[in-house]
Amino acid sequence: MTNEALQTTIESWFPDPEFSQPQFSEEGSQFLNVSVEADQLHELMQLLKHNPDTHFDYLFCLTGVDYGKELGVVYHLESTIHRHILVVKVQTKDRENPIFDSVQDLWATANFHEREVHDFFGIKFRNHPNMKRLFLSEDWEGFPLRKDYEDEINMVVK
Amino acid sequence: METATLNNTSPKSNFKSEEYFINMGPQHPATHGVLRLLLTIDGEIIKKVEPDLGYIHRSIEKMCEKDSYQQIVHLTDRMDYLSSHINNEAVCLAVENALELEVPERVQVIRTILGELTRLSSHMLWWGVMGMDVGALTTYFYGFRDREMINDIFEETCGARLTMNYNIPGGLMHDIHPNFVKRVKEFIAHFKTKLPEYDRLLTGNVIFQKRTKGVGILSKEDAINFGASGPVARASGYSCDVRKYHPYSALDKVNFKEALDTAGDSFARYTVRIREMWESLSIIEQLIDNIPEGEHKVATNAVIKLPKGDFYQKVETARGELGVYIISTGTKNPHRVKFRSPGLSNLSLLNHIAVGGKIGDLVATMATIDIVVPDIDR
Amino acid sequence: MKILSINEWLLSFMPAGAASITEMVLIALIYLTVFAVLGLYLVLLERKVAAWFQLRLGPNRVGYKGMFQTLADALKLVSKELTGTVKADKFLYNLAPYFVIITALMALSVFPFTENLQAFDINIGLFFLIAISSIGVIGILLGGWGSNNKFALIGAMRSGVQTISYELSVGLSLLTMVILTGSLQLSEIIEVQKNGWLIVQGHIPAMIAFMIYMISGTAETNRAPFDMVEAESELGAGYHTEYSGMKFAYFFLAEFINMFIIAAIATTVFFGGWLSPFGITESIPFMGIFWFLAKTFVLVFLMMWFRWTFPRLRVDQLLTLEWKYLLPINLVNLVLMAVIVWLNITIQF
Repeated sequence: MTNEALQTTIESWFPDPEFSQPQFSEEGSQFLNVSVEADQLHELMQLLKHNPDTHFDYLFCLTGVDYGKELGVVYHLESTIHRHILVVKVQTKDRENPIFDSVQDLWATANFHEREVHDFFGIKFRNHPNMKRLFLSEDWEGFPLRKDYEDEINMVVK
Repeated sequence: METATLNNTSPKSNFKSEEYFINMGPQHPATHGVLRLLLTIDGEIIKKVEPDLGYIHRSIEKMCEKDSYQQIVHLTDRMDYLSSHINNEAVCLAVENALELEVPERVQVIRTILGELTRLSSHMLWWGVMGMDVGALTTYFYGFRDREMINDIFEETCGARLTMNYNIPGGLMHDIHPNFVKRVKEFIAHFKTKLPEYDRLLTGNVIFQKRTKGVGILSKEDAINFGASGPVARASGYSCDVRKYHPYSALDKVNFKEALDTAGDSFARYTVRIREMWESLSIIEQLIDNIPEGEHKVATNAVIKLPKGDFYQKVETARGELGVYIISTGTKNPHRVKFRSPGLSNLSLLNHIAVGGKIGDLVATMATIDIVVPDIDR
Repeated sequence: MKILSINEWLLSFMPAGAASITEMVLIALIYLTVFAVLGLYLVLLERKVAAWFQLRLGPNRVGYKGMFQTLADALKLVSKELTGTVKADKFLYNLAPYFVIITALMALSVFPFTENLQAFDINIGLFFLIAISSIGVIGILLGGWGSNNKFALIGAMRSGVQTISYELSVGLSLLTMVILTGSLQLSEIIEVQKNGWLIVQGHIPAMIAFMIYMISGTAETNRAPFDMVEAESELGAGYHTEYSGMKFAYFFLAEFINMFIIAAIATTVFFGGWLSPFGITESIPFMGIFWFLAKTFVLVFLMMWFRWTFPRLRVDQLLTLEWKYLLPINLVNLVLMAVIVWLNITIQF
């Protein structure tokens, strides 16, 4: 499916203009990007995976990002049948208690990757069965990949 | 007996009377590095495998945020050190694509040849260690004998045997050594006689087949669901070779077959890798006589600034799909770099396929998943 | 011991009882020294064979062509600190290595190395050998249990399962040959073979018995492809994970002496012991030692060849092999041999 067709399909799932719509952009990226509100994330993901037209069954990259003010997660999805790629982005302004829906019920690979994001960004994932740190020890303070993380001993700041 | 405990679990209270708890690693011969597996076992039968990671996490992604794009390349050697050339290539391609820089054809061909040599050397090491894990120690030395020739070629051309740092954004650091073509041809002729030897020593062995056939079966659906890639996914029937679907460098100019199997067991993963070695040899053969003349790099600015935006580059390392995701804000440093390592996704399915097997099965399965711990920990 | 001169010499200045005790002690000392050194050189042989299989040179620095490498290693092991786990069962932990090494050395006493060189010629020789070699497993079980280490315990349990199973095949395959000889006494077994080695006399069933014996003998010594007990890629070092220094060396040495014993039994029972092929050196005294050792080392080499070629079996496959294949074949073979002896269709020269 082409990017335009994908965009039309996804827009048709959210017809009600009163609610927030997924935002599309292709600027500065080789893939089609979809920005979605946190409360719509799981619904959109479920449709993306199970709709036969989109059939995004392969989550190949799950990235936590600190945009400075916002924290976000970027999902790179691929369909193993149609071979098209879509990037889903979600953000939150809440830096104290950022929380998104887990997608590990849709893609099992998200289990470890969400734990990694939790480990380094402090983002929690709702309904994740094992929301523990993946790499760091449980008593580690702070979230190292956040931009405001400071560790005077272990970090060389240029 | 005393049991090691995780901080926030109390194994004793949850356990049935027959089950016990054992630490495989971080120092254990079969984990190939500092991977720690928490095994819940009932006699010999595995009930649960929980990987405990992070023993050599160096936070490469955080370091990248402070480094220039040329510097990032050098860090990627240290992720999957057996595919270091391909890792370098991934970052270089991502930066070149972002800059819309056209690298000379000579560079593309050399990168592809070196990439396939890297894949071969990685698979040779894997084959040796695979034999060792199932108890046939001799394979280790056969694998290393042939790998040594590749390492010598690398040493001559790149100056390093393992962490090459040969790619730079815009091309290659130096031109190839005058002996390069001759040495590669010698190697191909040598290895074509040695690869059947691998089959004679290990593949056909009854005990080896008994140990690997029907062990650690991964279905195609699970492979996709768990984000498996590389030989692990291809052995389950999921056609996912990045070299086929998103060809990079000179890979769109060569003919090769994607090694696929449908059995999904350890033996299928084994044969897929053996077949990949033949394919890599054929790719190198197609290219080695036709290295175009030309420059070995194009000039870039001393300070590379990527345009604002997101850039994603996939490559196929020896272990599977490596993704480099760069978010740039237009400065000389990336805002965020994410390496999608094949190892982490492939490891996450270990619990799924090892449960119900014996300890010996776990070792055989882990050997065929072919994990490299720095690739997982990054 | 039939070297009468020493006996007479001792009797000339001692009472009879003291003389025989002194004699036993002397023989024991000679055997201990000879076989400790033999064990060391078997280790060297294994390392050389392994190197040869693996495209390496092997030890070649200490002494001429590395001849003193294992002696140096033994010296290192003797001088090494003995470590152990805090919560180990100290008594069993310390007892285990002696169990293993003593049973291994005891078994050596009954072998006829040549016509007149046999320490202990009892009429149940073969039975004694099987009995003694099965005690060794208790040492391994104790070591694994006493170490208080889970890997060691798994190794020890595997060893128990494995040795007890394969004991049957070793016993039955030797019993098949006993039908042919009609005696358990080792010197008589060799006497019978003056009409042709038993593997020739018993032809087909003897061949089958030999193959089964070598497979199960390798399993009894816990060597690859049956080294489930150590399985370094699965269990680290198995039952001797927690042993160091000389205690580890006892386990290690015992493994090699056991390998020698298994090969020596096969030589005695299947290949005519110290008898030379077609009696070519019958007239030269003490050439028997050469032939005995030559045959034994060929079989030892065979076992090393197994080890450096085959992958390891899994524990359930190991038991399947024994109980579903080797044991039934063995029982049929036993009947076959009985029929052949009854119908008198053996091959004799």
